[in-house]
Amino acid sequence: MNGAARILMLKGAGVFAALLFSLICGGVFISAIGKDPLQIYLQMFSESLGNPYGIGQILFKATTFIFTGLSVAVCFRSGFFNIGAEGQLMVGGLCIAVTGFSFAGLPSLLHIPLCILAGMAGGAAWGFIPGFLKARFGAHEVINTIMLNFIAAALISYLVNSVFAVPATVHTPPVGHSAELARLESLFSIFKGSPVNFSLALALLAALFVHYVLSHTRFGYELRAIGLGSRAAECAHMNVGLLTMTVTTLSGALAALGSANFVMGYKHYYEIGFSDGAGFMGIAVALLANNRPLAIPFAALFFGMLDYGGLTINTLVPKELVNILQAIVIIMIVLSMKLMDRWMPQFEKTSLPAASNG
Amino acid sequence: MPSSLAIDMRGITKTFRNVRANDRIDLSVEQGSIHALVGENGAGKSTLMKILYGMYRPDAGTISIDGETCTFSTPQDAIGRGVAMVHQHFMLIPTMTVSENIILGSEPVTGLGRLDARKSRADIDKLASKFNLSIEPDALVSTLPVGLQQRVEILKVLYRRADILILDEPTAVLAPQEIEKLFDTLRTLRDDGATVIMITHKLQEVMSVSDHVTVLRNGRVVLACETATTDMATLSQAMVGREISARSRSSSPPSTEPLLSVDHISFVDRQPRPHLDDISFTLHRKEILGIAGVEGNGQSYLVDLLTGMRQPTSGTLRLHGHGSALSHIAHIPEDRHREGLVLDFTLAENAVLGRQREGQFSGPLKFRRRGIADFASTIIKQFGVHPPSMTQRARMFSGGNQQKIVLGRELTKKADLIIANQPCRGLDIGAMEFVQQLLLQQRDSGKGILLISADLSELLLLSDRIAVMFEGKLVTILDAGTCTEYDLGAHMTGASRRSA
Repeated sequence: MNGAARILMLKGAGVFAALLFSLICGGVFISAIGKDPLQIYLQMFSESLGNPYGIGQILFKATTFIFTGLSVAVCFRSGFFNIGAEGQLMVGGLCIAVTGFSFAGLPSLLHIPLCILAGMAGGAAWGFIPGFLKARFGAHEVINTIMLNFIAAALISYLVNSVFAVPATVHTPPVGHSAELARLESLFSIFKGSPVNFSLALALLAALFVHYVLSHTRFGYELRAIGLGSRAAECAHMNVGLLTMTVTTLSGALAALGSANFVMGYKHYYEIGFSDGAGFMGIAVALLANNRPLAIPFAALFFGMLDYGGLTINTLVPKELVNILQAIVIIMIVLSMKLMDRWMPQFEKTSLPAASNG
Repeated sequence: MPSSLAIDMRGITKTFRNVRANDRIDLSVEQGSIHALVGENGAGKSTLMKILYGMYRPDAGTISIDGETCTFSTPQDAIGRGVAMVHQHFMLIPTMTVSENIILGSEPVTGLGRLDARKSRADIDKLASKFNLSIEPDALVSTLPVGLQQRVEILKVLYRRADILILDEPTAVLAPQEIEKLFDTLRTLRDDGATVIMITHKLQEVMSVSDHVTVLRNGRVVLACETATTDMATLSQAMVGREISARSRSSSPPSTEPLLSVDHISFVDRQPRPHLDDISFTLHRKEILGIAGVEGNGQSYLVDLLTGMRQPTSGTLRLHGHGSALSHIAHIPEDRHREGLVLDFTLAENAVLGRQREGQFSGPLKFRRRGIADFASTIIKQFGVHPPSMTQRARMFSGGNQQKIVLGRELTKKADLIIANQPCRGLDIGAMEFVQQLLLQQRDSGKGILLISADLSELLLLSDRIAVMFEGKLVTILDAGTCTEYDLGAHMTGASRRSA
């Protein structure tokens, strides 16, 4: 077996071991509240993965996670820690909803792209801000993206409640039918009842797009260079500031697309709290996928499963337990990656033919 | 009087994966002597010393200290037996005072756990006067010149009652005058009964200060003798395993055609003192202009200005013959790990770093993988990069091969001006020779080279003229053919100006 394949396998084994260990840790908590972990896990897997409806639900959850995961990953690859996907998702969602109900009646062929572009523009603007602040003033992005999340949440809460809301609700009027994305059940009847919709296809296309940009374009090369060696990139006369702003803008647009899944594909309106931490989950998704765009859909599926699986055992264990399990998984993954980093150089050395020493 | 052995290492073997770093090494060091441990990078010196002071455990072999067999699992064990390391990169906290640094980790405390400042002060004074190591205990370490910082490091290990001192390339950062002072200190320590092991690859130093010498090559001892019974030629041959070709400066004179004119440039930022103060010089084609100076005297700012990383506060830079400066400079950065390469990029990706916008490597959007691969394989062939794998990450190459990647990328630019900043730092003799030959070739082909180096013998060997920087000023420009390391040293430490 060649070196690269071996390394890939070892990394896979590391992730698998982390997942297994998290399930065991979770099992301890389940036992502690007097339940049988095996039975709970079995129920979780069978109700989520064991039938098409459950799979549809997982795919629906995963769709948003793919977008937010890509958003976070593309930033991480350039060395920018974007904690702001949540805010970008909300801003994008509101832009889609407003465009959706304001231009109801346009032909779908026009209205759907218009909504998507509006959402991307909103998210992009929200993503541009921390990128600009960092590039221009060196302001730390972690603080700024977190603060922008608060601003987005408060601003949107005000706008929805006071300007757009349907009276006595916390959501906007519905987008026109022309802006609705069809559910997958319209093509595959087995998904009947589950909200998975065509934004999933958009998500997979986005993953391919980000992969292409990162691996095959000059822009992708430059953004990876600033991520892996910012000083070397500067010495190579790359415009680190401009690259950073471009990446964060792109990242904001990607996160915002995640809202199409809910606003255009599921409820057809913007509802306060719809994002439900999906932006933050993007961080976990990117982490599990090691920021590789092609691995993100799989990582998103995993967290989608965990999310929906949590719902299926809601009646048996407290919801908090599912939160604990998710957190344990994330911690274990981080640990396994650190360990891999420590061990990998040695594996790499032995698996390469004539690496010279000295 | 037969002297006893302070250290007796027998049959030390240490293997890392498939590399045998130490192969049945015997090392005997007499008590009260200075012992030089010599070898190229990768010969196994550091591994052997790390075993001696408890960082690594040997796979086989025994260590005796003062006649007693010991096993060390940690450096703390070693220091308990009086063995301590003075590191090449100082382990000092710059914002603390000299005495705080010296006592760090073994602070004397009163009964209630309060720091006993008076006692520590008295101990340090006693040590300093005993070994003639005068120092100001209340000075902040960050304000001390490098030579004195090293003195603090030495006091630190003496304070821990070490009587066997291992010094890892202690002269690498020092000016010649400081080196003399260090050697005096080592002799004082020896005469007082301490044992000193000095890791080095500078043979003049071996000859001038050591009593015994052990040469390692490829993890084995190839020569061990009294220094007085050997000479530099024998040592260098033992070290490299073959005769070193005599290198000499190019004989043809530099061209008189100016290539780079630097006219009264200064660089000031928030610091009260300017980083660069009214610097002027001209570099000609077919000329190597050396820049000498103790680190931190403005060299890196000068490089930043020339490469366009910073803009001068005043003054002008002019590159003759071409319009745009940036694209016509080949820059070999000081720190190849941080500045020259993206370590986690592959060789091919690094080969185009900074050149990724050239037409053969990319269109407006898409990368031309074919063009990049072709170029990378050219570099591999032309510069002999080993292993010849363009998909391997730069991190996995040895220092010499990493530098070859940088050289390959920079020297194949259509550039007339080459800025080589410490191009041989950390390279072994073979790689060093390669780089130096390459620079001389480039010079002879009509290019102009600005060579910044801390290695004065390298500057003297390669340069046509040598400019000396001190405190941001260009103190003087000397003719490399007629000046000596001592002349340079006098200007580097500002001594020439003070006496004037």
